Amino acid sequence: MDYLRNFFVNLARSWTAWIGGFLPDWGVNLVNYLVVGIILVLMPVIATLTLTWMERKVIGRIQNRIGPNRVGPWGIFQAFADAVKMLIKEDIVPSGADKPVFNLAPILIAGAAALLWAVVPFGRGMIGQNLNIGALYVVAVGSITTIAVIMAGWSSNNKFALLGAFRVVAQLLSYEIPMVLSIATVVLVTGTMRMGDIVERQVAPFIVVLPVAFITYLLAAAAETGRAPFDLLEADSEIVAGYFVEYSGLKFGWFYIAEYGNLFAIAAITTTLFLGGWRGPFVSVAPALGPFYFVIKSVAVIFVLMWIRGTWPRFRIDQMLAFAWKVLVPASLANLLWSAIVLQIGRQPEQLGPTIVQMILLLVGNVAILAVTGLLLGRAARRYAAQHGWAGA
Amino acid sequence: MQQAIFIILALLTLGAALMTVITRNLLRAALWLVATFFGIAAIFILLRAEFLAVAQILVYVGAISTLIIFAIMLSRGIMDPDQVRFNGQWGVVGGFAALLFVVLAVIVTRVPWPAAAGGAPVGDAPADAIARLGAAFVGPYAIPFEVASVLLVVAMIGAIIIARERE
Repeated sequence: MDYLRNFFVNLARSWTAWIGGFLPDWGVNLVNYLVVGIILVLMPVIATLTLTWMERKVIGRIQNRIGPNRVGPWGIFQAFADAVKMLIKEDIVPSGADKPVFNLAPILIAGAAALLWAVVPFGRGMIGQNLNIGALYVVAVGSITTIAVIMAGWSSNNKFALLGAFRVVAQLLSYEIPMVLSIATVVLVTGTMRMGDIVERQVAPFIVVLPVAFITYLLAAAAETGRAPFDLLEADSEIVAGYFVEYSGLKFGWFYIAEYGNLFAIAAITTTLFLGGWRGPFVSVAPALGPFYFVIKSVAVIFVLMWIRGTWPRFRIDQMLAFAWKVLVPASLANLLWSAIVLQIGRQPEQLGPTIVQMILLLVGNVAILAVTGLLLGRAARRYAAQHGWAGA
Repeated sequence: MQQAIFIILALLTLGAALMTVITRNLLRAALWLVATFFGIAAIFILLRAEFLAVAQILVYVGAISTLIIFAIMLSRGIMDPDQVRFNGQWGVVGGFAALLFVVLAVIVTRVPWPAAAGGAPVGDAPADAIARLGAAFVGPYAIPFEVASVLLVVAMIGAIIIARERE
């Protein structure tokens, strides 16, 4: 029972003790680094195999279908069947494509998706690297995707692919700003960029302290990963499949893996930053519960993102950029400013995390920002409707 | 060990930089430039300057090279391999490049670096290095920091005015 209570740490200890029996110290380190690295690199693949099934089921239920149901019970092996199909497809390189760049793009995009997992804390002490710049690392690694998408779009020698790549820059660069601002608010409130410490100092989940930052981050992250309703990069009805239209077989599979790896990663980062990560009841008694809470919270976030995808129509590109610059950026800037003021008011030296009074003040400010944003949006919508002579506005 | 890794990284970075200059295909040159940025970020990590490494990737790989690629994609005829490689201003540009090299070489060789003199041990960055960097930006270096921001705003407004359609 005691072993189970801290199962993962004890497992790691026994494993290290076992291989330490016949390996020198540097060998143990090397093997452990390799094992952790392989687990983290496999995360996008695991995410793809499980989340594609979940997504098709969820979207199916939303659209009053039952989704995949042929391969295995409830169709749970559908993803494996699709993976085999993808593996045996012919690999096609379009004529006139820039071959090295064309081949490099899927590797880069999947690599960026795998790198994100290095700083995700699954439980206390269960983190690839508790980097002192963790939060910034998340943003930086996410920005590598932009380059990979441009490489794919340009090297395909296809006008739809190039159009998709053109949209990427407008979208990804615009939504990076509200995303960074909302992460910066969390960093400001906790006073650390280490992802592990952000969870440690999150006495109350920040979703109830900083709802504006949470909403901004979730929307910006959905846009960053090109999820519907922000899927203009691959808008099927407009530009076929966007930047990866020319890819087939396993190279297409890498884009797929990157997409679902990123989906799981942003859900994990949302959990870390705003939902208290691995915190939950009885975690202090049995730390092994931490990863379970973490996964449950992440899957809840993923479900919300799928729900959004299933119920919202796609934005137009101008609406989307206007939404980023005129709504998300001002709201998150106001939030950042308010957080800085509140934290400066009753600041004690060597304080870790916000006090109760500060949290209440932060929440009041956030609710005010949400109310003002909603009011302005409603007024703009009424004005727009009046201009177009729409009834019932 | 660290020496060997540094030499490998330096060779990779310099090789990518060289390819940036000698590639005929401009877009490939931009991608080689991205590889150079990655190499520089890796050297920063080797020197325990994680913040600089991540900032390097965020700013240069994520934003600046994207803009460079866009400028290339949106310029007509620039990707044509028959395009002449030099225009009338190559002498001026070459002169400035040489001047920059001389200035950098003088700075690198003349400044008494504490690490080179065996002062501060290399690879032992203080644990709160980032907090100290942040405090320095809003403390003693606030004015240079703000001047750089003003410069960026000026450049941005200038670009908008040049690119704007004439009424």
